[in-house]
Amino acid sequence: MDNLSSLRTPIKRARGLGSAHSGTHHFWVQRVSAVALIPLSIWFMVALVGKLLGGDPYTVMSWLKNPLTALTLGALIVALFVHARLGIQTIIEDYIRCETKKIAALLFLNLFIFGLGAASLMAIARLHFFGI
Amino acid sequence: MGNIHENRPLSPHLSVYRWQITNSLSILHRISGFGLTLGLMPLALWLWGAAYSPELFTCISDMAASIVGKLFLFGWSLAFYYHLANGVRHLNWDLGKGFDLSEVLASGRVVIAFALAMTVFTWVYIAQIMGWIHG
Repeated sequence: MDNLSSLRTPIKRARGLGSAHSGTHHFWVQRVSAVALIPLSIWFMVALVGKLLGGDPYTVMSWLKNPLTALTLGALIVALFVHARLGIQTIIEDYIRCETKKIAALLFLNLFIFGLGAASLMAIARLHFFGI
Repeated sequence: MGNIHENRPLSPHLSVYRWQITNSLSILHRISGFGLTLGLMPLALWLWGAAYSPELFTCISDMAASIVGKLFLFGWSLAFYYHLANGVRHLNWDLGKGFDLSEVLASGRVVIAFALAMTVFTWVYIAQIMGWIHG
């Protein structure tokens, strides 16, 4: 054990959360969402190219009528936005040095992610449950 | 405070490193991820338009059908296949596998080949169903 680790209390080491107080949470969620996105994104790409391209709102609506389709698209949206948020957060933290700008960028990122993510889920729910 | 920043030793500037397949693919993963995130906006607007606003849907469809729109879609498809394949490459590294130099170079080439081939395949398929080419 080196000198530095002796300055940490045993409980701090046991929790393993480090200086950002979040431990490996960011890393782990990034990987979990990545694994989820492999099948989900391929599924969406196939649907997009095979069914939805060039279609009208009714094409999207009839596609989302199937509960499994609506559920899977919802899962894709959640995994996609979570994954994008973590990735862009890393880019912001790596490249923006000024603390004020960094916090502003992170706030804007959250607005972008939660705004568009919630809008997408709402649209899926409406198309599935109520149609157009 | 200013002194602390000014007198800090700097690591060698990025430009001293030679560009090669390893660091090129690494930064491309970031660039493609950033680009794909920008694509979340038209994706959300497209869904929103389908559910709530036919005008918005038409607007998004028209933009997608324009030359510039097609270029963006082409870029997003390439970024998608690249990020997908390189992401799998990263997950494999996370399992502690594939770190030998020969393996890193080989998997990098596979990723490039996959991304290019799938992008071409996708657009040839789209061209066929859209009737741009007859075959």
